[in-house]
Amino acid sequence: MKVDLQQVEEAAKELYIRALKLLPPDIKQGFEALAARESDAGAKRVLGTMMKNISVAEDTHNLLCQDTGIPIYNVRIGRGVEVDGVGLKQAIRRGCARSTREYSFRSSIVHPTTRVNEQTSTGRGVPIVNFDFMDEDNLLEIEMIPKGSGSENNSWLKMAVPAEGVDAIRTFVVDCVLEAGGKTCPPTVVGVGVGGTADLCVHLAKRAATRALGSRCEDPEGARLEQALTHAVNMLGVGPQGLGGDSTAFAVHVETAATHITMNPVAVNMQCHSARRARAIFRPGGVEYGF
Amino acid sequence: MSHFDLQPPVSEDQVRRLRVNDTVTLNGALYGIRDATQIHLFDRGRRTRFDLAGHAVIHTAPNVKKVEQSAAHPAGYAPVCVGTTTSDRMERFTRPLMDQYGVRLVIGKGGLREGSLKCFGELGGAYLAIVGGAAALETTWVEAIEDVDLDDLHPESLWKFRVRGFGPLVVAMDSHGGSLYAQVKRAAQERRAHALESLGVKTE
Repeated sequence: MKVDLQQVEEAAKELYIRALKLLPPDIKQGFEALAARESDAGAKRVLGTMMKNISVAEDTHNLLCQDTGIPIYNVRIGRGVEVDGVGLKQAIRRGCARSTREYSFRSSIVHPTTRVNEQTSTGRGVPIVNFDFMDEDNLLEIEMIPKGSGSENNSWLKMAVPAEGVDAIRTFVVDCVLEAGGKTCPPTVVGVGVGGTADLCVHLAKRAATRALGSRCEDPEGARLEQALTHAVNMLGVGPQGLGGDSTAFAVHVETAATHITMNPVAVNMQCHSARRARAIFRPGGVEYGF
Repeated sequence: MSHFDLQPPVSEDQVRRLRVNDTVTLNGALYGIRDATQIHLFDRGRRTRFDLAGHAVIHTAPNVKKVEQSAAHPAGYAPVCVGTTTSDRMERFTRPLMDQYGVRLVIGKGGLREGSLKCFGELGGAYLAIVGGAAALETTWVEAIEDVDLDDLHPESLWKFRVRGFGPLVVAMDSHGGSLYAQVKRAAQERRAHALESLGVKTE
């Protein structure tokens, strides 16, 4: 399959606006599950407002949240796909900037020191474009994530040591959720990276935070941690918006990687309740949109 | 728990009547401020032509559309998506906002810290919590963008919105030392040992 870069540019544009307007079904179900279990009346009202917002956004074709985020595009390339990689990256960048202009939403991207906003949602190294490969034939997938800053501003890395064991990971996650309080716009998806190098660990945490609800870590050790940590952080009573309640996190997701004999890194990156993502799948027959 | 319908400017007396867990609905003028707005106002010596005395400010940087100036769009901007950002980053600006400009109400999400709470007590102010991330809904409460100042900081300009039925907002920090955030954090701290125990982690 040969990838048409014009089609990629269009998809990059469409994906950004779709992600900003439509919440994935797994997150909607997550809200329903939390609301059914919530025992605090105030927290129930807050969850109700969030759910109402989802339908207002759909009915009025508006953005779910004012924060248009930092645009991230995750590209996965299947077997037998012919594509000019540099061209693909440029096409995504053009589509991202066009989305901002043509749909007239806020550019949230500035230079890190001059703070100049080019009003294009792009800048040095942004959009973030990640590449990976997959086994499927004739398939290219682009996932778009507008990562909100409220949750991103509360990100942590701890280079724990082997002598601190897995307890260091467990304690760190609980303390990060406690420290974040309402700043991350809970209920959140708490992403935890375990292992790797410092940078890989943080990247794993982001991948974990942006995974669909209901998915599990492929590493059985990580999957066990996910379950226990989801229960534990929801015992803290932080609640939706940090105003108290049972619904602190939709879930804790863990991603793991092997690490060095002397290392025990753990990272936390959270996704807010507006856990937005959109996906385009390119096949020889055309492009299909989903979550 | 009481409900208050307020139309700013409000008096010190009106604000001091608000207690944590009360609810407030705003009508009329509401000013939008953000990181850059306040950095320029308080660190770089700029001034605004707006009179903020007795008014409410909201931590926001809205999505807007440039349109023809008209009665409906007096500032030449139409609101597209107006939401609220995390307040904590702007903690150090609460005092100058109240001290220098007479602001009485701060609207945001996630809460402010001890310094702001002290300021609300000393000068007569309150923090009203909105549901963050519910911007599509919040936008339906915004009637118009009436005016804009410091627009070179766009989208972090100083916005003047006209709102109707803006709320209910929860009084999360009041002028009597009450803070829902501090309450929730204390309770969470107490539950920490229990949560760690559920994970098999021993704590002293």
